[in-house]
Amino acid sequence: MDPRLVLAVMAGKASAFLIRRLGRGGGTAAPGVVASTIDPAVLDKLARQVDGGCVVVAGTNGKTTTSRMLAGILTQSGRRVIHNRSGSNLVRGITAAFAEQSTVTGRPRGDVAVIESDEAAFPEVVRRTRPRLVLLLNLFRDQLDRYGELDTIAARWGETLRSLPPDATVVVNADDPALATLTEGLTAARRTFGLTDGRYQLDDLPHAADAAVCRRCGAPLRYERLFLSHLGDYACDACGYQRPALDVAARDVQLCGLEGLALTLHTADGPIAVSAGVPGLYNAYNALAAAAAALTLGVRPEAVTEGLARFRSAFGRIERVTYRGRKLVIVLVKNPVGFNEVLRMLEMGGAAPTLILINDLDADGRDVSWLWDVDAERLLDVPVPLYTGGIRGDDMALRLKYAGIPEERLVPLGDLPDALDSFVDDLPADGTGFILPTYTAMLRLRELLAARGVVQAFWEE
Amino acid sequence: MKLTICWLYGSTMNIYGDRGNVLALAQRCRWRGIEAEVVTLGVGEPLEAGRYDLFFWGGGQDREQVAVAADISGPKGEVLRAEVEAGAPLLAVCGGYQLLGRFYRPHDGPELPGIGLFDAWTIAGHERFIGNIVVDSDEFGEVVGFENHSGRTYLGPGARPLGRVRVGRGNNGEDGTEGCRHRNAIGCYLHGALLPKNPAIADFLIAAALRRRYGDVTLSPLDDTVESAARASAVRRAVGTR
Repeated sequence: MDPRLVLAVMAGKASAFLIRRLGRGGGTAAPGVVASTIDPAVLDKLARQVDGGCVVVAGTNGKTTTSRMLAGILTQSGRRVIHNRSGSNLVRGITAAFAEQSTVTGRPRGDVAVIESDEAAFPEVVRRTRPRLVLLLNLFRDQLDRYGELDTIAARWGETLRSLPPDATVVVNADDPALATLTEGLTAARRTFGLTDGRYQLDDLPHAADAAVCRRCGAPLRYERLFLSHLGDYACDACGYQRPALDVAARDVQLCGLEGLALTLHTADGPIAVSAGVPGLYNAYNALAAAAAALTLGVRPEAVTEGLARFRSAFGRIERVTYRGRKLVIVLVKNPVGFNEVLRMLEMGGAAPTLILINDLDADGRDVSWLWDVDAERLLDVPVPLYTGGIRGDDMALRLKYAGIPEERLVPLGDLPDALDSFVDDLPADGTGFILPTYTAMLRLRELLAARGVVQAFWEE
Repeated sequence: MKLTICWLYGSTMNIYGDRGNVLALAQRCRWRGIEAEVVTLGVGEPLEAGRYDLFFWGGGQDREQVAVAADISGPKGEVLRAEVEAGAPLLAVCGGYQLLGRFYRPHDGPELPGIGLFDAWTIAGHERFIGNIVVDSDEFGEVVGFENHSGRTYLGPGARPLGRVRVGRGNNGEDGTEGCRHRNAIGCYLHGALLPKNPAIADFLIAAALRRRYGDVTLSPLDDTVESAARASAVRRAVGTR
């Protein structure tokens, strides 16, 4: 037994307990700081003891959902899973989750760990947890003020990936040309996944897309098919680089409005039909990624299907609540690509009055320039009133105005809680409304709705 | 009436929502009954003299900036400089602004030559200036945006700044200046996007373009209530967060 580790784990647990008792929130990160102060190697030591190894999940969009899907599948297959479920994905949050899910003697209570990692924290998370499997989802523009430019992140990831040993596996979304190039020629094994379905294609590369050039030679990429932002089936006519062959390919994707999706996975061992109760093509990618990782870990196909079928949406990503008789559908928006997919979903899923809440705190990104990379023009043909609110709601109203949306359809509201009350007042008695908040606006909204007895606090889920 | 807007390197140098600047120019023309066409000009595509009324150039990542610097150092840069000297309006933000100066000196790698339209030069710094910024300009009043750059731009004796920094860091964090002005050209570090929240600058560029092609034209006023509200909340955040 390692007395320092034991003390660190106990202190972490105690502080998490205290924070919750004091009603100071979920206690998802601070206990990690406490534990690491006592033993800086606490995460390394705990991660090393997980017999089935660690899985690190990284990408700009879909980390939380994919991690939860994977944890669900692994649980379904009979494994005990350690997981930073709340989406607290910096080193301190991951440390807190490990401390929480270990015995007081410093033994992790799980056979396998699913670790969602922040993009910037990825190198350190990998170094400390020495994952058996790294699952890479996508690289999109996100919070340039916090993460720096995409190339900088890609360079750091490349260094980390090259350091992985031969017994590790990188499971990668081959539809992302930047990630496909980044995972060429590694010491670790590589398995690829992607879409081969032609049903949901984009006509053009959207404005928010990055990496439309070949990372090998710099020539523009030609897309055979484009699915979402810069994700697709691509080739470079100049140097011959093309999307790698897919080990797990998704076909027959069916999106059922806001309700859910179904698809068929094609692997060397035959097809697997899966469905999940989450909407949108971006969630089809998440389900595909989680399934590809689970299959790589040796999970049986039946457990993959069953685990995904039981999946419930991650905290705040999309949820439905009833408040004062109105149905509110809350969908998180945090960067241009994610926002565009939500707008695409609104177009398909039936229109309803929509409130967009934009904050500019650290966790949202302090720079609201990203709103101009959102294809708000999609809302031109969705004939509903558009409400704006939050700390920078005025910037959203301005974005909508310059998208050409008539001003009589725009209703600028102030910050929460007034924005929520005015919006709900305007909805018909049993009507439906969409609320699209940025991260901290969503936390504030949840807090409000919880205080009014509508939703549970997320750490009680 | 019609204006043709040239978006220089729009397919690669378009980070930080700079599309908003082009949208603002085009919409503020259309709302006044002026037709606006936007043409994106990429690396290797020649710049035809006399074809465009207004130029916009945004920021890009370092990798893209190298290819663009090589492209603009040829005949394209000559044409652009001649157009601006003859009165063509231009807005350049961040990376574009830097390449309009005399040179950009990175941490490593060779110096990138600029086209010398502005008597200014830029040296890569270590700390990145990130945050809301408010500038007081004699011409345009209060100008607000978001800066995110590690380059330090210094103005030579022949250069005039866009304004003085009230909140934020500006050109170099040392002399209190932000941006550069020359003829009808404006270079600066303000994203946000700049023009939707600062319609006075957008209208200055549009008016200059109209005057050049159609003689003396008066711009009809627009209702800028939404713009003013967004500017006011941005200024409030700038003062509250830095």
